Amino acid sequence: MNASPPTDPAPPALLRADGLVKTHYGEGAPVHAVRGVDLTVRPGEFVAITGPSGAGKSTLLHLLGGLQRPDSGSVWLDGESTDSYSEARWATTRRRSIGIVFQFFNLVSNLSVADNVELPALLAGTTAKQARAEREKLLAELGLAGKERSMPGELSGGEQQRVALARALVNGPGLLLADEPAGSLDSKGTREVIRLLSRFHQQGQAIVLVTHDARLASGADRVISFFDGRIVHDAELGGTPPRRDAGISDVLELTD
Amino acid sequence: MRLPLLALLARGPAHGYELKQDLEQLLGAAYPQPNVGQIYVTLSRLEKSGLIEGEEVAQSTRPNKKIYRLTDAGHEALLAWYEDTADEPRVRDEFFMKLALAQHTGLADQVTLINKQRRQYLNTMRGLSKLAGAENRDNRIAHLLIEGAMLHLQADLDWLERCQEELEGPE
Repeated sequence: MNASPPTDPAPPALLRADGLVKTHYGEGAPVHAVRGVDLTVRPGEFVAITGPSGAGKSTLLHLLGGLQRPDSGSVWLDGESTDSYSEARWATTRRRSIGIVFQFFNLVSNLSVADNVELPALLAGTTAKQARAEREKLLAELGLAGKERSMPGELSGGEQQRVALARALVNGPGLLLADEPAGSLDSKGTREVIRLLSRFHQQGQAIVLVTHDARLASGADRVISFFDGRIVHDAELGGTPPRRDAGISDVLELTD
Repeated sequence: MRLPLLALLARGPAHGYELKQDLEQLLGAAYPQPNVGQIYVTLSRLEKSGLIEGEEVAQSTRPNKKIYRLTDAGHEALLAWYEDTADEPRVRDEFFMKLALAQHTGLADQVTLINKQRRQYLNTMRGLSKLAGAENRDNRIAHLLIEGAMLHLQADLDWLERCQEELEGPE
């Protein structure tokens, strides 16, 4: 792994998970969704968690965002344990420090695009003027200028996901959690999500992305393979693009 | 490279360097830059087999260049090319043989092999994403080429996951 040189003190972890365990009890046999996960995410890092469906990766993301509580183990945010967090405290944390996007966007259907994006800012105590300014900036960046007054139902899936992304980022959270953000989009929408996540990452946004789609995962600096409730592989991806004349030269191979 | 060169000549006569540029422009950065020497060699072979014919054109300040045109036989060869369906791509058999024989040799661990291969595919995928980002948005052919490569890799990665499930399933 790309450990920092010893003279360079490691930056504090943005997020740390220690021995997370979560079992779902329902009809039938208990499902061991997360079976002992340790994970550290540093500021500005883009981490993808991939694996087959049913491997427990969404559960893991929910534990990291406080949407579910672990049976054992802890989640640390900026060096602070969340063990004693109440639901209200988690809700505040999700408003200020953790943005989340989901597969099915989860926009408020009877609020306009503008209101969907500004709401979390207003709830976090931002002035109306500033919320509006942030919203305008994000919608422009996401190619949604002119859609402020639209209702979510009038937008394509790809557009709705971009609104959801604006909503998740409006309070400038240190961490963005994304759960299959392209899972219900077509190929074009998927490419758009890949492009936007990469762009926010380049601007310094830390991202933890759960996906079964390797195209999405390959935008990350680090890809974790999650299988049967455990991390089975944690790979740093190289940052250098392939040379034009080599590396991926068998993308198309002319024979003969 | 024989048939793609023939196909480029179907539009009209051209010289070797033009054909190289046409290929690059059509297929974009995901395509390995064709080696101009290789193109000239292929053209002279095509000429020997009667599929194209060349004509020397004198240039005042540079050496003569040779303009090639498609012959009737070349036209026939192209039609036959379009008649044929292409073979489907092969599974990455070298990796699979390594995996299949790992236990016999006792020289490698299957899960380690899978993880190494996965990292390689992911790195290639990352390279392809970057290429797609850098490619001219209007070059649909080049984007389709990159997307095809990504979908093949996605299938390879899914397959690695299946291998892992089988070999490392819950005890």
